Formats: sequence, C-alpha cells, structure tokens
Amino acid sequence: MRDFLLRIQNLCLGFQTEAGYLRVLDNVSLDLTPGETLGLVGESGCGKSVTAQSILRLLPCPPSRVEEGHIWFDDKDILKLSQSELQDLRGNRIGMIFQEPMTSLNPTMTIGNQLAEPLRLHRKAGAGEARAAALDVLKRVGIGNAEQRLNQYPHELSGGLRQRVMIAMALICSPQMLIADEPTTALDVTIQAQILDLLRTLQKELGISILLITHDLGVVAETCHRVAVMYAGRIVETGTAVQVLTDPQHPYTRGLLAASPRYAKKGERMPAIAGQVPPPGKRGQGCPFAERCPLVMDICATMPPLQGDEHKAACWATKT
Amino acid sequence: MWARFARDRAASVGLAIIILFTVAAAAAHWIAPYDPTEQFFDGLTLEGAPLPPSSRFWFGSDTNGRDQFSRLLYGAQTSLLIGVLANGLAVAVGTLLGVTAGFLRGLTGAAIMRLTDLMMAFPPLLLAIALAAILKPGIGIVIVVIALVNWVQIARVIYAETTGLVNREYIEAARAMGAGPWRILWRHLLPHLVPTVIVYATLGIATTVLLEAMLSFLGRGVQPPTPAWGMMIFESQSYFLNAPWLVFVPGAAILILALAFNLVGDGLRDALDPTQRGRT
Repeated sequence: MRDFLLRIQNLCLGFQTEAGYLRVLDNVSLDLTPGETLGLVGESGCGKSVTAQSILRLLPCPPSRVEEGHIWFDDKDILKLSQSELQDLRGNRIGMIFQEPMTSLNPTMTIGNQLAEPLRLHRKAGAGEARAAALDVLKRVGIGNAEQRLNQYPHELSGGLRQRVMIAMALICSPQMLIADEPTTALDVTIQAQILDLLRTLQKELGISILLITHDLGVVAETCHRVAVMYAGRIVETGTAVQVLTDPQHPYTRGLLAASPRYAKKGERMPAIAGQVPPPGKRGQGCPFAERCPLVMDICATMPPLQGDEHKAACWATKT
Repeated sequence: MWARFARDRAASVGLAIIILFTVAAAAAHWIAPYDPTEQFFDGLTLEGAPLPPSSRFWFGSDTNGRDQFSRLLYGAQTSLLIGVLANGLAVAVGTLLGVTAGFLRGLTGAAIMRLTDLMMAFPPLLLAIALAAILKPGIGIVIVVIALVNWVQIARVIYAETTGLVNREYIEAARAMGAGPWRILWRHLLPHLVPTVIVYATLGIATTVLLEAMLSFLGRGVQPPTPAWGMMIFESQSYFLNAPWLVFVPGAAILILALAFNLVGDGLRDALDPTQRGRT
C-alpha cells in the first residue's frame, strides 16, 4: 500500500448552463504519491484543466457543481473544507503554475511584491523577511541578478523569465504539491526544455509532488513518473510513463502517440485521429471514443470500466 | 513616481495652477481689495450699467456694483470646495459601488447595477429641487446633489472594467495563491482601475462647477450673495453684449482650473503606469 498525498476519487463535476446541466468530469480518479510527477494528458476540451482547477476549488460555483466524489489531500477532503481552510491550502501547501506567463503576473506589481504576496498571506512575513525569501527563491529557479529583478515589473521580463517567476511564486511557501497547468505551452522550444529541466531539478531537491498537465507526450516522457490519459472527461488509461508510452493499451493513447512528431516515422505523413472530442452533453452511455475508434465493436455501446493492476485502461478491446 | 511626475512639464504647470488657485482662495480675505458683497456707489455708471475693468476695479464691477475681482477670489473658495468635495464624493461612491458590483456580481451586483440604472433615469434637476425642498438650500445640498448625479456614470464605467478584469489570469493566479476576496479587490483589482478613476476625477471638475452654476441659477444652489463662479456667469449672462467681462472672467477661471486638473490627471496616470517607467 502506497501512501498518497493527493487522491481524487470518482469525481463527477459539471456546469449549469443555459442549455441545462452538463457533466464535464465523469468518474475521475487520480493518485499522487509524495515526490512523484504525474502527467495528465489529453487533447483540448478533455477536462484536464477543470480537473486541476477543481483540486484548488478555483471553479466558480455556481455554475460549476460537484455531483459526487472526494479529493483527499493529506487525509482531508478538499471538497469539504471551509473557505478559510481553503485559502490556507492554496499557495501554501499546494502551489499552482499557469499556462500563460504573460498574463498570469499582475502588471501593476513589481516582481518582488508579487513574490512576497504568498508569504505575507500565509506566513505573515514582514517586508525584509519576504524580500530575503524572494531573493532566495529567485536564485533557486535560476534567475540571475535577482536583486535587480525584484524591482522590475512583469513587462520588463521575457516569457521564460516570467514563467520562472511564476514557479518561484508557487514554491516560495515550500508547498508539498505543485499543479502545473501546461507550464511550457506558451514558451518556445529551447525555453520549454529549460523550464522542464528546472521542474525536474526542483522536484529532486525539494521532493515535492507535481501534477503536470500537458498535451505534449514528449514532455511526459521527459518528466513524468506516471501518466493518466484523459478523454472526454474520463480517465481512459493510466500507468507508469514507460508502460503507457511503450505499450499503450487504449486506442486513443495509441492515436495520440502516433500523432506526436517524436514517435512518427520520418518521411511519412503524420497520422491524426479523425473527428473531434464529443462536447459535454453529447456524450452518450457508451465509450466516448467509440465514434473515432478504429477498433469499435458492438459492446462499445456500454461504458468500459477502467481495469488492470498498475497499468489500467478503459477499453473493451484491451487484453486483460 | 514623484520624480517622474515632476519631469512632466505640463503636469507640473497644472499642479502649480491648482496650488495658486487654492492659495488665492484660502487667502481671499487678505488678498481681495474689497468685501465681495459690498455694493459701491461708484461701481455703476450713472445709467446703472456695470463698469469695465479699471485700476479701481481690476476685473470690472458687476450689475450690482460689486468688485468682480474680489468676488472671483471668494468664489474660488466655494467653487473649489464644491469641485473637489462633490466630485471626490462622486468618484469614491461610484468606484466603490462599481468595483463591488463587478467583483461580486450575482445578486448583490445586480442590485447595485439596477440602482444605478434607476439613478440614471432620474432627472438631476428634479432631484436637486426635491432635496432642496426638504433641506435648506446651500453648499451642502449642492455637493450632495452633484455627488448623487455624478457617481452613476463612474459606477457604470468601473463596473464594466471590473467585469473584464476579474477574468484575467493574474486574478485567478492570486486566488490560487490563497488571497481572499478583499485582498484581491484591494491589491489586485483596484490598482488597475486607477487610470480610469483619475480620468473621471479630473474630467468631473469642470462639469461639477457647471452643474453648480445650473443649480444656483434655479435658486437651488449656492445662495446669493455668496459668490461662486458658475453663479457669477449665470447672474450676468443677459448682460453679455454690454458687459462681456462679467462672463469672460469667471468663465476663464473655470476653464483654467479644469485644464489644470486635466493636466495633473494625465501626468499622474503616466507616472503611475509601470509600463511607462524609464521612458521620457
């Protein structure tokens, strides 16, 4: 029995819209152990970001609603926390990094002030103490002449530097867990590699758990211990990174792998998965991938369970 | 920030003008050559017409034979007080309600915005007359009425801007960092609204003085013989062709004051904008 830092159990969540209630997450279960990096993969509209936001309960409520499920963090159900307990959790024990470093920093505050913000909130730190901690964490995320950076505004920094500042801000209270929502998507390739490298080093040094959301399987291969593949609001395959990337069980994972440049054959046209993710509300009783699936069978009209031991997949065609 | 403001020549001139006017208003008692309400026998021609500017009456005399310069100085007290207080009140109330409605939305937000709709539909003059009927007319009423009339537009604009801002990623990032709603409101939202607030605050000065004039004209504002710039224009407008200085002098004073406030507002906005830092 492994001990878990974060455990999402059968999370069902949806939004109340003008067209009625739409379920967006369907029976999502995830585990994250201390010191581990879990990759959450899937194409746009699969529910990756919603899953991440629901962990910190950042979704406005209403219109969002949790139908059932639990999010256990350190033996406490996040879904049952009070507003003040929640604020104590955010930024203090769970840090979060967003996709767009350009817009995730407040343009009217200096880097120093923004970095100090979590410390002032959670540690009631004074100005001097916060400044020292900010310098320290800036050096840790590899920012040179930190002293000068503290007095600069976000628009004076490049995209890569801003993402480093975001990471520094998420780490400044030494959280146990980091949620990174597509941290490298908005950056160019060389900077991407640097940021991933940084995340890996930080994890080794600090032993934090990382939930890394991405649509890039290459990123997963480089940084993650385990992977969960999401499709249409469901987890369709999970396992160690090696298992999932070298021996994918679900046809969707296979499609994703075939479509990523790293695994495609040279000189051939890159394959793509035909069709689109069915939008919430148009997901029937059966396997949501059925209409795009090359292996579709009669039994796919009923929902396949997520089965297997360490390496699980939700597909009727999987050999078990 | 102050260094940047000081480098802005136009803004510095504006600030100097405002200080000059304020000092003149405060020291009116010592500077003014005459009592502003004293009627002079030699302040009118034999036919009873006001006198043009001369060495005795620098800015001429008005239709009652009073010294225009003294009235202008004392009028500055009233007009500045109304301009700054009424406008400040309107900006404060408008900003507070607008930002609250935009930030909270939901039922509270809807309630506040319907209230502004209601106030928008209410004719300001009627409001002024109604209020003056209940209370004793005077400067206090003018300030309250002007604030009641002017906060509405500011609340609307601030509301619209806030609803745009709350969806920005850095607001969500602040929430993810554990900041409570009040902290987000004060530290992360309000600074972004400062430029808009400054523009409205400075634009409002001129309209406020003119609104004072309108209320005074209807006998619901500043009560004669207390001088106020707007009232001075309205008192003398029918003599415009015969005695143009009676309208031009207070008109120029209003214009210069409004201009000075606008220059300072522009300068402040630039000085506060971090993206302008280091540029000249």
